[in-house]
Amino acid sequence: MDSNGAAVVLRDVHKSFGANKVLAGVNLDAQRGQVTAIIGRSGSGKSTALRCIDRLEKVDSGQITVCGRRVDDPAVDLKALRLDLGIVFQSYNLFPHLTIEENIMLAPRAAKRMVKAQARTLAHEVLARVGLSEKAVAYPEQLSGGQQQRVAIARSLAMQPKVMLFDEVTSALDPELRGEVLKVIEELAAGGMTMVMVTHEMAFARRVADQIVFMHAGRAWECGTTDILNSPQTPELKRFIQSDL
Amino acid sequence: MTSSLNASHFLYLWHGTLWTIGLSLIAFVGGGLLGLTVALCRISPSRPLRWLTSSYVQLIQGTPLLVILFMTFFGLPQLGFKISPLTAAGLSLTIYVGAYLGEIWRGCIESVPKAQWEAAECLALTRGQRMRMVVLPQAVRIATPSTVGFMVQIVKNTSLASVVGFVELARSAQIMNNSVFEPFLIYAMVAVIYFALCYPLSRWSLRLERRGAFASPSATAALHQQAQLSLT
Repeated sequence: MDSNGAAVVLRDVHKSFGANKVLAGVNLDAQRGQVTAIIGRSGSGKSTALRCIDRLEKVDSGQITVCGRRVDDPAVDLKALRLDLGIVFQSYNLFPHLTIEENIMLAPRAAKRMVKAQARTLAHEVLARVGLSEKAVAYPEQLSGGQQQRVAIARSLAMQPKVMLFDEVTSALDPELRGEVLKVIEELAAGGMTMVMVTHEMAFARRVADQIVFMHAGRAWECGTTDILNSPQTPELKRFIQSDL
Repeated sequence: MTSSLNASHFLYLWHGTLWTIGLSLIAFVGGGLLGLTVALCRISPSRPLRWLTSSYVQLIQGTPLLVILFMTFFGLPQLGFKISPLTAAGLSLTIYVGAYLGEIWRGCIESVPKAQWEAAECLALTRGQRMRMVVLPQAVRIATPSTVGFMVQIVKNTSLASVVGFVELARSAQIMNNSVFEPFLIYAMVAVIYFALCYPLSRWSLRLERRGAFASPSATAALHQQAQLSLT
């Protein structure tokens, strides 16, 4: 476990895609039971940082620790890492050939060897948490974007992760569908789930986050409580907040 | 000298038709198994495996089926393998169909969005599980129209087996014509029979393509085009 007890720790993380330096020394601590919101302009490296935490991208240098496990270690136990981490994507990424409950049951059965009946009970449990019990036997294409995203959250919850990552989960949704997804996330936060979310929803971040991380030029430019949104220390964050109004 | 057409001739043609269907099935099952293996090897993380299967596909796609048939039927016995016309035809078609289906299916597997792989990966599924439970079921839906379409090509290509003395539909027509000498009539009948075998497959393929619910339309269209191109 990391000395400061944080669930997710990034230390001087660098990552380039070809000549394009996306992460230029990111430092970040996401505490247990807290909500960390990563904000910033497009291209500031927010999503890449999140993808590095889940090892969808390998870092060039620096350290990433998730629940005491070194993610930057080439020999990291990926399965164990993915059992600790849940991730929800902007584009939902439900499996189109499976019903809603099958989408949710797949991973507990395949990765945790859960028996079918138990997995189904679990699926109905998490579906109830996101308010979609009646959709268990529907297919993803029959659901609205907001409903699909809630299923994606439920699918992740069914694996009982220690940390949840959210990658701009409302960005693909029409404004009127965002509320239902944000409400689910807010309830999770209230339940003490450790979360790291990349978001453009400033009002939501203000309301729910314990920590705000403003990313700029591939760095965690300014970090702090939601107070930094009211009194930013750096001109970059100040400009970012102003442009959002 | 020449006898007129009678019931036994039609029976003969019927037998030939059955063998055409049989050989098509052998080619489809054999070629399908080989094709799946090829498709999986083509996207394997192992570079030698990718290279090996890619070379195989290139080699077969650049070789006429007729030559493959000659090689197996006349060439293999020279190396000490005794081989019947049926084995030669079945083997040649399997090798031929495997290369094409492998290439069509590789394209279908790769057209499943990368995000699906990632979602499955992040749910702690192993590579095998991701392939089996998430990617392949979606690839099958994408692949079905072009695969059924390709079955038309298989049926027609079985006629080449006549050159190694395998008595399928085309060969039985030749033999029959030698006795009754009514080439126009006989080959017209044969054409009708081939058409009757192929047309339902074409229609089926078209219907499946229109229904293709999960594949993005552009991906399916591109694949279909690729399949058509590789056949002409």
